[in-house]
Amino acid sequence: MTHILLRNRDIPDIWQFETYTANGGYEALRQAVTEMTPDEVIQVVLDSNLRGRGGAGFPAGRKWSFIPKDAKTKYVVVNADESEPGTFKDRELLEKNPHQVIEGALIAAYAIQASGVYIYCRGEFWDLAHALEERIAEAEAANLAGEDILGSGWSCPVRVHLGAGAYICGEETALLNSLQGLLGQPRVRPPFPAQMGGGLYYQPTVVNNVETLSNVPWIIRNGAEAYRQIGTERSSGPKIFCLSGHAANPGNYELPLGITFRELIFEHGGGVWKEKALKAILPSGASGPILPATDEVLETPLTYEDVAAVGSTLGSASVILLDEDTDIVWAAAKMIHFFKHESCGKCTPCREGTYWLDRIYARLLSGQATPHDLEVLETVPQQMDGLTLCALGQFARSPVWATLEHFREEYEQYVGLREAKAERA
Amino acid sequence: MLAEKYPERIKQIFAKYPDKRSAVMPLLYLAQEEYGWLTEEALREVAGLCDIDPTQARSIAGFYTMFAEKPKGKYWLQVCTDLPCALRGADQFFHELCEYLGVDPEHGGTTDDGLFTVEPVMCLAACDKAPVLQNNFHFHENLNIEHAKQLIEKWRAEAAAEEDKDDEAE
Ligand SMILES: Cc1cc2nc3c(=O)[nH]c(=O)nc-3n(C[C@H](O)[C@H](O)[C@H](O)COP(=O)(O)O)c2cc1C
Ligand code: SF4
Ligand code: FES
Repeated sequence: MTHILLRNRDIPDIWQFETYTANGGYEALRQAVTEMTPDEVIQVVLDSNLRGRGGAGFPAGRKWSFIPKDAKTKYVVVNADESEPGTFKDRELLEKNPHQVIEGALIAAYAIQASGVYIYCRGEFWDLAHALEERIAEAEAANLAGEDILGSGWSCPVRVHLGAGAYICGEETALLNSLQGLLGQPRVRPPFPAQMGGGLYYQPTVVNNVETLSNVPWIIRNGAEAYRQIGTERSSGPKIFCLSGHAANPGNYELPLGITFRELIFEHGGGVWKEKALKAILPSGASGPILPATDEVLETPLTYEDVAAVGSTLGSASVILLDEDTDIVWAAAKMIHFFKHESCGKCTPCREGTYWLDRIYARLLSGQATPHDLEVLETVPQQMDGLTLCALGQFARSPVWATLEHFREEYEQYVGLREAKAERA
Repeated sequence: MLAEKYPERIKQIFAKYPDKRSAVMPLLYLAQEEYGWLTEEALREVAGLCDIDPTQARSIAGFYTMFAEKPKGKYWLQVCTDLPCALRGADQFFHELCEYLGVDPEHGGTTDDGLFTVEPVMCLAACDKAPVLQNNFHFHENLNIEHAKQLIEKWRAEAAAEEDKDDEAE
């Protein structure tokens, strides 16, 4: 299969400007800027049904269409914070096929007539962020970015901003605050980033994920109809699935949306390591509910709708495999520890809730937990339900309730309930 | 002083943003590069440059894991022990690395000679190449403990060679 996103797999030197342009690179931007109106570009992306790849699956064209046309200053912000445990697709795109990300961002910028693009890279992308600045300079030198792009009169500089290690800065409003030099905590919405008062420097702003924007050049060149041929009716296009954990061959796999878990894991990913049986799947990193590896789950197509229908989320498609020997309580403890560490502390239910959960898991793992702890464990996520300012506080609930729902007996073993019951019997 | 030593770089940083305040993170990185960690003095300088209160600069520095609020070793090693890596042995890798360096195997720490700081960190977006570590923000992937020990010895030798050179210069 030839790749649409990970074209570096087919053309290894594609990170080089000359190679990228020799293979059709920046032709889509040229076509958009010289032959299409901004509204026509938005319409094509709307028709393509390209949905955001950063987690929520919101249609990109719709987001772009919300930007008020009369606003003088507007921005495109590329979310390259990639910090969800199990996600490493944006890294490969930025490292190996960077011009396609830049081109996609510039097409989005043209569509909303943005005055600038910022690419917010997580701080740990230090090396690639500095390389990215060189790639941007190459595009600028060819009049594809910066002043008076392709003689159109539209100017749009592209800049890189480095984060410094904080998962919450992937949340779009926290990201905007961080970029403004404020504390990287989420904002109260509305106003949403696309609205006046809600975006970067409080100007209307489109925030899109790296992978989302990497789709855009292909869509412009090949048309919405061709794009919709890939994937399913409601989940269109290719997706990069990040396979990690106990996968035999961990890595990125670009495949059409709608392939099943079984196809991804066993046909493409080489199955489970050490020829172990598969116990459970985390389809969206630490942020989506765990699924037991039943036949029903394995036959589920990887689309936004189908993964939701079996009780989890597709998210950014960071598929973590857990083999038969995995201690589920330990795995849940790891995820809770992550959320406790990454809670920005702005709202009490999230700050205190993750703190308490982390403490209970530490007691569980050290063999000190009582049946009462298990009861508390169950009530804490309920107390966080719907009461947090951003989705992190909601994501942090699922490692608890979903592992309890599917693997309760492992918890009972930890609190000695089983033994007690057995004794009584 | 940063302003006197790096006028060009500071100018370039400010030119990227319409608002001075946005420069705070890049300037904190610059200060850290210069002083090794973010001292009170460094925070005051950065705050002065982008017209914010030093307490605001401090709270921003404290918010992120890549800003050093305390001195770190010359080699600052951040090892990912998050779930995907831990499923592939990263916890054990971290413990063994700590033991090799003689620091607390649970939480890491800085070696007595001040050469190495080792810390557990959350996902580094390289889970397919576990175990992974960052040495002063540069990645080392697909490690095992033997490989990591070799890297440690290489860095140790590098640091010793640098010291010899400094001695000669004096
Ligand atoms: C806690 C949290 C972390 C997030 N991290 C990321 C991230 O690392 N990368 C990303 O693209 N989106 C992340 N998102 C989603 C963004 O808020 C936003 O929806 C996304 O960047 C929009 O782009 P898209 O529509 O192209 O997906 C995160 C959301 C939350 C709540
Ligand atoms: S839910 Fe958690 S991470 Fe989100 S704003 Fe509240 S405290 Fe911060
Ligand atoms: S979990 Fe270690 S790099 Fe992602």
